[in-house]
Amino acid sequence: MSVIGAGLVEAVRLLVTGDPEVVNIMLRTLQVSGTATCVAVLIGVPAGTFLALTRFFGRGLVVSVVNFGMGLPPVVVGLVTWLCLTRYGPLGFLGLLYTPTAMIIAQAIIAAPIIAGFTIAAIQAVSPKLRLQMLALGANRWQYLWLLLREARLGILAAVIAGFGGAVSEVGASSMVGGNVRGYTRVATTATVLEVSKGNFEMATALSIILLLIAFAITAALTYLQQRGRQPA
Amino acid sequence: MHLPAKKLRVISRKGSLSVVKKAAALFVILVFALAASAGCDGTPRTKGQAPTGVEPKAKDLILATTTSTVDSGLLDVLVPEFEKQTGYRVKVIAAGTGQALAMGEKGEADVLLCHAPEAEKKLVDAGIVTNYRLVMHNDFVIVGPPDDPAGIRGKTGVEAFKAIATRKALFISRGDDSGTHKKELALWKEAGITPAGTWYQESGQGMGATLLQASEKNGYTLTDRATFLAQKENIKLDILSEGGRSLLNIYHVMQVNPEKFGKVNAAGGKAFVEFMVAPETQKMIGEFGKGKFGQPLFVPDAGKQMDDLG
Repeated sequence: MSVIGAGLVEAVRLLVTGDPEVVNIMLRTLQVSGTATCVAVLIGVPAGTFLALTRFFGRGLVVSVVNFGMGLPPVVVGLVTWLCLTRYGPLGFLGLLYTPTAMIIAQAIIAAPIIAGFTIAAIQAVSPKLRLQMLALGANRWQYLWLLLREARLGILAAVIAGFGGAVSEVGASSMVGGNVRGYTRVATTATVLEVSKGNFEMATALSIILLLIAFAITAALTYLQQRGRQPA
Repeated sequence: MHLPAKKLRVISRKGSLSVVKKAAALFVILVFALAASAGCDGTPRTKGQAPTGVEPKAKDLILATTTSTVDSGLLDVLVPEFEKQTGYRVKVIAAGTGQALAMGEKGEADVLLCHAPEAEKKLVDAGIVTNYRLVMHNDFVIVGPPDDPAGIRGKTGVEAFKAIATRKALFISRGDDSGTHKKELALWKEAGITPAGTWYQESGQGMGATLLQASEKNGYTLTDRATFLAQKENIKLDILSEGGRSLLNIYHVMQVNPEKFGKVNAAGGKAFVEFMVAPETQKMIGEFGKGKFGQPLFVPDAGKQMDDLG
């Protein structure tokens, strides 16, 4: 318990003094996981919507793959991404290994199926009768989609929250493709692991507490968006 | 009945195509909403920009090294100094020596700092690395529970290992092909023992984590002195066996051969090797740890021969 207590004190101290190293790590965490979530939303929500609204041969298989992808082991994603990005790997010419971009790619791969999976469920949960009614009332396709997404808003924001959670809490892939380079690809999770190896438990605990605070703040903001204007039933 | 069904399918086909297009457009808006929500939340708007500013891509240098140089904090002191002097940005990849050497073998790193002379020699002989230079040493120590159930206190490394195996006392091995693991296996070999059984466990983790595990389980382990001192206040383990040539822990720096791998940063690798053996750097290495641990963690050795150590 004493370590957790000391960690709490250390976290407050680091936050109050604005420790440059910690600030850098947290900004990097937000930059990487925030961008990765945006990319994953760009891929996952359209893909999920498409899969929810269409019927085609092999759709069941594709949906199964997406659902499987929701539980994709991050360390496998990390390994495959690492192998592709190494200098002499298939994508080595891009020179992306051990950069924040590499981490964004890996985290987006982890988050995209989560977001797509939740989106499929959210869109399909909208009553089919409502869909027919929208069309019957003369909505064009644009309006139809817009209304549909508005209806599915709760579920889609839940998808974004889950995707962001998956990205920001990830450590295996991030350290593999990012390399945990100080001041460049060191994010909250990889820094925490390093501080434990160094024996600095207070610092590790402090970093964890700060990460939790930030993740909570972002989730709370998304939840606000999600719940905004909803009347109690 | 046939006609409406057909018609419906046509409509849904057409619909599905535009769904993709329009959905894509829609979600750009959604992304902006997300970014904005993060913005009002007090999180920085500088999301897209790197706080460090300029990123000289061609000046990147990948240093693959062992965990002990990072976990002890040594490279946190040396790397900024090197970057200041030369303008390179060093990407320190802390892996076990096995992985670091493997990265060198594939040309995935520019310069290596490792501590497994025998394994390194193979790479030197194969021409995979060049400019192979002795940097520093410290020593390995065998640590264990203070009550020392196997009675190894004061014994030499090999004798201590024999006693541990005879008593089947719990031993936590790194098991990760690191330099320390290689040293441990060499000691078992020298003792004529093939360690196996429930008393011999592999952690598969770095030195710091392995020490914590050994401490929690009241086991013995082999560690480099630097990491032990860094973890000392968190663990209940004592140094029980130390000293002797067989426990020397010798670090070399080497450049991955640019003639073998065209993509290697040759100038940067050479600069780092020169930096590590330069007198000022050697002085920093000799001073490192005096403040925090009351004793230096490494002995600088540039220019010496391996046989002169000990």
